[in-house]
Amino acid sequence: MEILVCVKRVPDTSENEIELNREGNDIERDDLVYSVNEWDNYAVEEAIQIVDKVGGSVTVVTVGDEEDEEVLRREMAMGANNGLLLADDAFQGSDGRGIATILKAAVEKGNYDLILTGALADGGEAQIGGMLAAMLDVPFASVVNSIAVLDGNKLKVGREIEGGNQEMSEIELPCVLSIQTGINEPRYVGIRGIRKVASVEIPSMGAADLGLDASAVGSAGARVRRMDYFVPEIGDGAEMLEGSTDEIIEKLIEMLKAKGGLK
Amino acid sequence: MAQIFATIVHKAGVPDDSAVELVTAARKIDAGATVTALVFGSGDDLAAACTAVAPAYNEVWKVDGDAFAYPNAEVIRKAMTNLLPSDAIVLVPHDTFGMDLSPGLAIKMDSAFASDVVGIEGLDGGTLNIVRQEFGGAVSTHVQCDISQGAVINVRAGSFAPEETQANGQVVDKSGDVGDLGAARRKFLELVAAEVGDVDITKEEVLVSIGRGIEDEDNIEIAQELAEAMGAVVSCSRPIVDAKWLEKSRQVGTSGQTVKPKVYLACGISGSFQHLGGLKGNPFIVAINKNPKAPIFQVADVGIVADILDFLPDLTEKIQESK
Ligand SMILES: Cc1cc2nc3c(=O)[nH]c(=O)nc-3n(C[C@H](O)[C@H](O)[C@H](O)COP(=O)(O)OP(=O)(O)OC[C@H]3O[C@@H](n4cnc5c(N)ncnc54)[C@H](O)[C@@H]3O)c2cc1C
Ligand SMILES: Nc1ncnc2c1ncn2[C@@H]1O[C@H](COP(=O)(O)O)[C@@H](O)[C@H]1O
Repeated sequence: MEILVCVKRVPDTSENEIELNREGNDIERDDLVYSVNEWDNYAVEEAIQIVDKVGGSVTVVTVGDEEDEEVLRREMAMGANNGLLLADDAFQGSDGRGIATILKAAVEKGNYDLILTGALADGGEAQIGGMLAAMLDVPFASVVNSIAVLDGNKLKVGREIEGGNQEMSEIELPCVLSIQTGINEPRYVGIRGIRKVASVEIPSMGAADLGLDASAVGSAGARVRRMDYFVPEIGDGAEMLEGSTDEIIEKLIEMLKAKGGLK
Repeated sequence: MAQIFATIVHKAGVPDDSAVELVTAARKIDAGATVTALVFGSGDDLAAACTAVAPAYNEVWKVDGDAFAYPNAEVIRKAMTNLLPSDAIVLVPHDTFGMDLSPGLAIKMDSAFASDVVGIEGLDGGTLNIVRQEFGGAVSTHVQCDISQGAVINVRAGSFAPEETQANGQVVDKSGDVGDLGAARRKFLELVAAEVGDVDITKEEVLVSIGRGIEDEDNIEIAQELAEAMGAVVSCSRPIVDAKWLEKSRQVGTSGQTVKPKVYLACGISGSFQHLGGLKGNPFIVAINKNPKAPIFQVADVGIVADILDFLPDLTEKIQESK
């Protein structure tokens, strides 16, 4: 099975405090630690496991710039066979539709049976997989937490819906699935693995290579535009307990007693 | 002004809370809007759902068919594309059904897509001004969405309070207008219920809840000791379950359990809306997090900036001493 996995490089929110820059028009990006989007890592692991079972190859693709190449390399160290960088100045400012349009053009240059995305990335939109499927006119399933390859060009997939219940479906290939965390246990990538792929050439394609009209992507084609970033005042916020640890704990124990938190 | 539709999610004849929230969202787009509920389903359950939403909507479009007995987004997307005017503004709850349906619907209808919307600040010509969040709620953004060719808008649960106004719409049967649905390329098979675990966190009054901040499986003991000292039970956020450090039945959130404790200690949890979506009944929330900017501090009653790996053992010790 030929599998394409869409991956994105994102600021690691468990490593960073996300703050606004002084102008308030962006987040402070200078000292951010980036990593591969958590959901995408599960998607790549799943693709590798499927190929281990039924054969084929895994290609990881990202729409970004040179800096984003590092996540392709990381996922190749994990076991993906090929990487593909889609980079062009014309892609700047793309909305979800634009990103999906670029990915669609790349899909059409290949011959993939299965396309995986993460269920969600840093923008919180959960949109690329579903858009890409609709553009390719292939079936889609979101928040997938189990995949079994069936005979006759079909998969049996589970979607993790509300309450942790699972919705089982049969889906025809080719298709697009967005992957939910917890579907597998992504393998550890050591320094050695990274070193092995450090000098592998990763092909890059731009708008012209993909046969894309620059007006269909980038900020020109965007119908959804982020204007700024801000931190809202929601309610009164928490009463912050301050002082020495002992003082904080003393206050907290009092509050817990009053609220029935200590039995 | 284009017509506004709201997609109704319902189960066993009972509409989801989102049904009334979407009306409020629609009125924020256009105070005078005629808002139509779009209800797919089959038989008595569908009829009951339509009756239940009719008071809040100007009109209810009922679509009955065997193909809609289970809400398969692949089939419903096709039906909506055939049924709706191409410049429609379609509101959808941002749940797992909305994630399944909407991005593709926006492509098929050649409409703009705005996802996980938490605020609507009005319409300016063909531009809708909306509010979203990024980075798990750490920052918000103003977003401009060009809805002149129609729009699909996914709305976050709980972001728009239901209003009292009554519209008392008629139920109109649109079952004959969905056109050719073709053969489904994705077929629903069955629902598998979530596993039941050894503890039922939904019945507990005091929860010590841990998130990714616990850092390592071995540290879970720290939370268990605190819970024991407090007479509480340990629950957690999703990454702890993904890592298989605790069983699924202890996960709080939209894809886990809905809990209604009196007291909730959120330890090393950032406060994503999917996590908070499982926290009901207005508990007393204590957040302990080493990041003073963590979104959880916006919703907690009491906040403590600390490393939980140091703080929780100290707290346990003091509670034991005070007994
Ligand atoms: C469809 C869908 C459904 C989902 N359902 C759920 C759900 O049901 N429940 C759920 O929880 N999530 C759910 N999620 C995931 C959700 O989006 C978040 O990814 C998740 O809630 C984050 O968990 P967290 O807060 O533990 O981790 P993070 O967001 O990584 O936060 C960790 C926090 O710990 C703090 N921290 C780190 N180290 C320490 C330390 N030593 N001491 C103190 N603080 C520390 C950090 O500052 C940070 O704030 C769902 C996602 C999707 C797409
Ligand atoms: N720039 C990008 N390049 C490649 N894939 C992406 C990109 N942005 C998003 N995706 C994919 O789409 C998924 C969902 O992201 P989103 O729709 O932005 O929440 C991610 O997990 C990725 O698989």
